[in-house]
Amino acid sequence: MSKDVVILGGGTGGTMVANHIARTMRNEVRSGEITITQITSSDKHIYQPSFLFVAINHARVQDYTRSQKSLLSTGVNLVVDTATKIDAASNTITLQSGKTVSYDILVIATGAYPDFSSVPGLAEAADNFYTPEGAEKLRDKLLSFEGGKIVITIDVPHKCPVAPMELVFMLDDLYRRKGIRDKVDLLYTYPIGRLHSLEPCANWAAPKFEELGINSEIFFNVESVDPDKKVVKTVEGSEVPFDILISIPAHRGAKVIQESGLGDEGGFIPTNRHLLKAEGHDNIYVLGDATNLPISKAGSTAHYEADVVAENIISELRGLPPSHYYDGKVFCFVEAGLDSATYITFSYDKPPAPVPDSEMIHWFKLAFNEMYWLSVRGML
Amino acid sequence: MSDLAQVDKTVDARGSYCPGPLMELIKTVKAASVGQVIEVLSSDQGSAKDIPEWVKKVGHELIYNEKAQDGDYWRIAVKKVK
Ligand SMILES: Cc1cc2nc3c(=O)[nH]c(=O)nc-3n(C[C@H](O)[C@H](O)[C@H](O)COP(=O)(O)OP(=O)(O)OC[C@H]3O[C@@H](n4cnc5c(N)ncnc54)[C@H](O)[C@@H]3O)c2cc1C
Repeated sequence: MSKDVVILGGGTGGTMVANHIARTMRNEVRSGEITITQITSSDKHIYQPSFLFVAINHARVQDYTRSQKSLLSTGVNLVVDTATKIDAASNTITLQSGKTVSYDILVIATGAYPDFSSVPGLAEAADNFYTPEGAEKLRDKLLSFEGGKIVITIDVPHKCPVAPMELVFMLDDLYRRKGIRDKVDLLYTYPIGRLHSLEPCANWAAPKFEELGINSEIFFNVESVDPDKKVVKTVEGSEVPFDILISIPAHRGAKVIQESGLGDEGGFIPTNRHLLKAEGHDNIYVLGDATNLPISKAGSTAHYEADVVAENIISELRGLPPSHYYDGKVFCFVEAGLDSATYITFSYDKPPAPVPDSEMIHWFKLAFNEMYWLSVRGML
Repeated sequence: MSDLAQVDKTVDARGSYCPGPLMELIKTVKAASVGQVIEVLSSDQGSAKDIPEWVKKVGHELIYNEKAQDGDYWRIAVKKVK
């Protein structure tokens, strides 16, 4: 009898886990001792960090899209379908097509999604760069913008915690180069009492905001938006008008997680922070944006977690106990304009330390945008 | 006193630098119903100051804010009042 490993989700985390196991266990896959199946909604794989660059017309979505099949190692069966129910009691997944897939070990990497209905008026009034369509629509507005007030709002939880700050620096630079910076009022807002949750990042940004004339308002949690009057209201009692509202709404876990009763109220799966197993389910691993862990929802998080999940599954398939532990590591590049960047790294017990921004780090980030395709295949 | 209050949900935000304990609290308070008490565990000393500051600004109620007896972290509980 073969052992069936099923990976639900073909984004960053799911693809890395599938490739890692398939390569390490190629002999067992060949002999039929184990099967590796990836179930994912789309036959396309889009590199999400490119949306930031799409919004300012420095990248195109089609250039950062690959066929999912082309990213998978030999030995991974790809099923393009949407899971509608995970039944953890019977170890089965029901798909939209009506098929049922059973598993011995399940990996859930179904991601997180901006919920535009999380605040009244937001869906009608706000633009975003967290979806490919949103980024293209916003690009058209930003490029033809001739002056006025751009407000950026951020809700929790959301993926890529530094992207909103990167965007404001890029917009500053873009409108300077266009020669209309004096006609553009940039207001960056943040939910807590400083510019970013990472203190070194907030301290690094504050003097830059000052120098560049980027306005900010902290303790800013959106309560509602009036699409007609173009005003955003906060829980803290503030009312701010805007011409363009760029919003990063609160995210939710995938629908299938909520509908299978595996998630918390936001649809995120309670997960053991070191072993990365779903709490209460010994044969389900979770990684990436789908977990409820109190750490950044970022591609780098999914990457570090993928190594732990894959190695633990390999151990279990070979009759050993899982012995790899995730230490909470996260690494993020932070763009500081159109040609400068910094980076930040931390873990559960190692606080982040700031690094001055430079052009070289910016080129590393751009290079990584290309190297991602090697990384997701497991070659980097 | 922590043992006297009835906590509806505990958020373990220890080891969280980003998004951090206050962001975890804001997320949880938004999803909670009025009257519920949310407790946050934080290993960041800054939470003892910035959580009460936000709670006051929004008008929720701080139930307790204390260093845990069994470790090097803080327990802070907030009641959602509106
Ligand atoms: C604008 C932007 C900028 C970013 N910048 C950075 C950055 O600079 N650095 C960084 O580290 N991270 C960045 N990120 C975050 C990063 O893209 C995500 O954290 C990462 O993709 C998470 O990987 P994941 O595997 O958990 O989820 P995803 O990559 O989102 O994959 C989820 C997968 O699950 C599938 N799925 C969902 N539901 C179902 C279902 N029911 N059935 C079948 N399949 C399903 C989806 O089709 C998808 O393939 C950015 C994100 C955005 C939006």
